[in-house]
Amino acid sequence: MGRVEAMLNLEDVNVHYGAIWALKGINLTVGEGEIVSLIGANGAGKSTTLRAISGIIKTSSGKISYQGEDISKTPAHEIVKKGIAQVPEGRRIFANLTVMENLELGAYIRKDAKGIKQDMEGVLDRFPRLRERIGQIAGTLSGGEQQMLAIGRALMTRPKLMLLDEPSMGLAPLLVKEIFSIIQEINQDGTTILLVEQNARMALQIAHRAYVLETGRIVLEGSAQELAKHEDVKKAYLGG
Amino acid sequence: MTDLLQQLLNGLSQGSIYALIAVGYTMIYGIIQLINFAHGDVIMVGAYVALGCALMGLGFIPSLAVAMLTCAILGVIIERVAYRRVRPVSRLAALTSAIGVSLFLEYTMMYFLGADLRTYPAGFFPERTYSLLGVTINNKDLLVLGTTLVLVIILQYIIYRTRTGKAMRAVSFDGQAAQLMGVNVNSTVAITFFIGSAMAAAAGLLYGIYFNTVQPLMGLMPGLKAFIAAVLGGIGSVPGAMLGGILLGMTESLVAGFGGSMYRDAVAFIILILVLLIRPTGLLGKGAQEKV
Repeated sequence: MGRVEAMLNLEDVNVHYGAIWALKGINLTVGEGEIVSLIGANGAGKSTTLRAISGIIKTSSGKISYQGEDISKTPAHEIVKKGIAQVPEGRRIFANLTVMENLELGAYIRKDAKGIKQDMEGVLDRFPRLRERIGQIAGTLSGGEQQMLAIGRALMTRPKLMLLDEPSMGLAPLLVKEIFSIIQEINQDGTTILLVEQNARMALQIAHRAYVLETGRIVLEGSAQELAKHEDVKKAYLGG
Repeated sequence: MTDLLQQLLNGLSQGSIYALIAVGYTMIYGIIQLINFAHGDVIMVGAYVALGCALMGLGFIPSLAVAMLTCAILGVIIERVAYRRVRPVSRLAALTSAIGVSLFLEYTMMYFLGADLRTYPAGFFPERTYSLLGVTINNKDLLVLGTTLVLVIILQYIIYRTRTGKAMRAVSFDGQAAQLMGVNVNSTVAITFFIGSAMAAAAGLLYGIYFNTVQPLMGLMPGLKAFIAAVLGGIGSVPGAMLGGILLGMTESLVAGFGGSMYRDAVAFIILILVLLIRPTGLLGKGAQEKV
């Protein structure tokens, strides 16, 4: 695919945590409208990649461009305004705030009261359980509900590109299915998705393309179907 | 009985002042986990600025406003200059820096204005007393209570009803997650120092009027007491700081009123030790409540 249409492009991105070299020259591309998945073991650098894109950690070299603009030096809170939202690992909802306030914080960067109200309704329609618990302190929600809140909160930023970090972590199989079908819906509604998952089977089912990370390097890339059939992937990530 | 009421009233006034200071401590701790040891000295600067205004003939409210604004800006400068760069390095570095700022403020004041006790000019706040059910009510008490009440209501409004307040609460819970919502953490921290220091200035002026003293080290003791109040209420919790302040003020006043004035300060510290032993998170403080 042509580099021109790429929504997000990482070129030779390196990240160091002190003495640890976490990302060793990552190249990846996400095209508009795609679901792209990063799979790999614990510590492979998947979350680090998302954190670098969001500006939460600084890259030591390389270039991250989004819609043709270099965002490698842009502070995290500015990156959200450009249309990149992240649903972080472990959900990181504001447990001391109400469900409503969490969603309102998602809309923190926006001034369009009408649009915010519309999106709030949209999120609550998508997650009826959040509507039931709208005034509740978010810390009292179950794990699955917290994940829904984290996704809802990210949707409230009205993102063009949504980064999801391990959305299935710690959830019961039925809930995992639900979350993944919601991710597909969000994608069909026009949001591009970059998904980090340890649950490679589920991730490859909904993704268009995927990258396999090992110790900070991309070792494989291709269409999700190809990768799902690839011997190495089967052995390492799909349990034979 | 009237004795008891009298002591409770005194305690309420003194406790309100502690509460105003404690709120700043707890807000700043909540957002950057730093015990801002310079907070007590901001009180002192506030008292001096108000004194300056009073000597120029300004009334109570304009003096209060000028003192609050000056200290708010001072607070932002302190954070920018002394804390922002050392904070990510280590908490201990920031704490050391805070002690440095504290000493700097105390001795700068002493150098330029001398160590003498000063008082607000006689006409600044003419004292009156009223008697109700045998209890003597000084208009100082009313001033302290009224001012505190108004400021606390404004503060509650800011924290719980505004966009900025929501950002402050979000940052204090999880700064990175707040960044992912587009919240600028540095400016939110600055706003917190702005508000907390303004409250400290108000407390400084009230303390100065109530105890009729303004001097460069005046912030030390109330600063420490307010810190105790904040820990007592549960550091990081704004309602906790208010409750802690009032409780501490009342306890001190009762101890002093019933013959133990020598032990007043000791009691405050004993309370601190007991709270830390029995309920380390304070009365309204929460433990970690994250769900996996």
